[in-house]
Amino acid sequence: MTKLDTSDAAAETLKGGPRRRRVRMTGHGVPLPLLVPALVGLAFLLLPLLALLVRAPWRSLPSQLTSTEVWQALQLSLLSATLATAVCLVLGVPLAWLLARTEFPGRRLVRALVTLPLVLPPVVGGVALLLALGRNGVVGQWLDSWFGITLPFTTTGVVVAEAFVAMPFLVISVEGTLRAADPRYEEAAQTLGASRFTAFRRVTLPLIAPGIAAGSVLAWARALGEFGATITFAGNFPGRTQTMPLAVYLALQNDPEAAIALSLVLLAVSIAVLAGLRDRWMTPS
Amino acid sequence: MTRSARRTRRTLHVAGAGAAALLALSACSSSDDSSSSKSDTSASASPKMSGTVTVFAAASLKESFTTLGKEFETAHPGTKVTFNFAGSDTLAASITSGAPADVFAAASPKTMAIVTDKGDGVGTPATFVRNQLEIATLPGNPDKVTSLKDLTRSSLKVVLCDKTVPCGAAAQKALTASKLKLTPVSYEEDVKSALNKVVLKEADAAVVYKTDVHAAGSKVEGVEFPESADAINDYPIVLLKNAPNAVAAKAFIALVQSAEGQKVLSAAGFLKP
Repeated sequence: MTKLDTSDAAAETLKGGPRRRRVRMTGHGVPLPLLVPALVGLAFLLLPLLALLVRAPWRSLPSQLTSTEVWQALQLSLLSATLATAVCLVLGVPLAWLLARTEFPGRRLVRALVTLPLVLPPVVGGVALLLALGRNGVVGQWLDSWFGITLPFTTTGVVVAEAFVAMPFLVISVEGTLRAADPRYEEAAQTLGASRFTAFRRVTLPLIAPGIAAGSVLAWARALGEFGATITFAGNFPGRTQTMPLAVYLALQNDPEAAIALSLVLLAVSIAVLAGLRDRWMTPS
Repeated sequence: MTRSARRTRRTLHVAGAGAAALLALSACSSSDDSSSSKSDTSASASPKMSGTVTVFAAASLKESFTTLGKEFETAHPGTKVTFNFAGSDTLAASITSGAPADVFAAASPKTMAIVTDKGDGVGTPATFVRNQLEIATLPGNPDKVTSLKDLTRSSLKVVLCDKTVPCGAAAQKALTASKLKLTPVSYEEDVKSALNKVVLKEADAAVVYKTDVHAAGSKVEGVEFPESADAINDYPIVLLKNAPNAVAAKAFIALVQSAEGQKVLSAAGFLKP
């Protein structure tokens, strides 16, 4: 396979990797059993977004979007999603390193458990968070009586809920990159006298930076769209815990036009962020 | 090679764990359905009535309508009543966007109007019960809440229903009527989630319906307040225009309005219409 187009491949690799086989594919034609479902799939993903644009109340849009509640919700959403991503980075990258670079009994089980919030319905996650970190929760009651900290109904609670659902995305992404990265660089660093932590900081981190970036974007996007765990754990109060998805949901009940307008804002923000980070996103290590 | 093989195996492990978790979850959710379905092998008394009746009902009707649903299934073998309990506004929004349902029972005329204004109801909705607000506090009422005014104390964590939901609108009406300003910690999306915040002891008090306090049993303590008389909610019920099973739906509405149905509803704490 590679023999046929080595020179092309070499040229393409310089440009950016994964496109190298394109010429060959079109030469043989795209098989229909793949093309048809692929196009249906694409339409399926794009159609709802198009519908949102078609039905958008363009005339009343300016007045809808200038209301303070919208800006409050948007600010809160951006702030809490960013803080949640920061929490994910601080805790998730070391966790990914532990899972990818060390051996300990039950590691596979731990890895499976880490991914659990991915398959857990977010509302269940919210209930679980209440039972753990609520005022009367397993850990929460000590937080309350020792430090006077209660998380539910606070912006911190929103960040906690979002970090809970978003962290697995980051851990999985970073762990995958770590496994793909050659551990011999770290070993070389260690033989040259670097401690394991220094090797991690100076060699591993720069090596897996694209993976961390991709994981952060995933986690951020997941946190931005988080609904179930947030409304269950942090409640809904404008300016404090009412993020955009909550505002959209509640607006949908009595003012569908406002809900569409809010959805458009969220869509625009998501597209802007994905477009801004496209280059890192497209070329993982 | 061995590396990638190992990775594949590991991925399979994770996938397996994920699948197991999913199975466990779906097993949980499906068990609810199967427990409520009755045997439909016995000969039906009225041959016309069979199949599923889908009832969209306000969250506060959960306990009493579930009981009535079971009674209906026993009285009419071969039928099955499925419920969708949620905030009335959520239900109204899904009905007007075409959700397949036979009956809509709302917790306020306002949310019912969303459906009837769009022409999705058949005839005029009938008020079948009324509901009064009550304060739900922690068991034993440790914060000594005795009036609506007590809820405005800043040391208390109070949750209200969102203003778009009937219980929230009613609470707001009562607060406005008594010129009180109450800042809650959260506006919940329906009455049950407001109640649950007190059941889980996350909030100190919630303004919910009498029926919800009743349903929660010893998990909360109810405190009646006179201002609630200003904000009594009428509960209208209507047959929906696109009802897939109109015959059985009419029979269910009749049961709700019958003496037997009213007995169940009164027992849950509802007021007569």
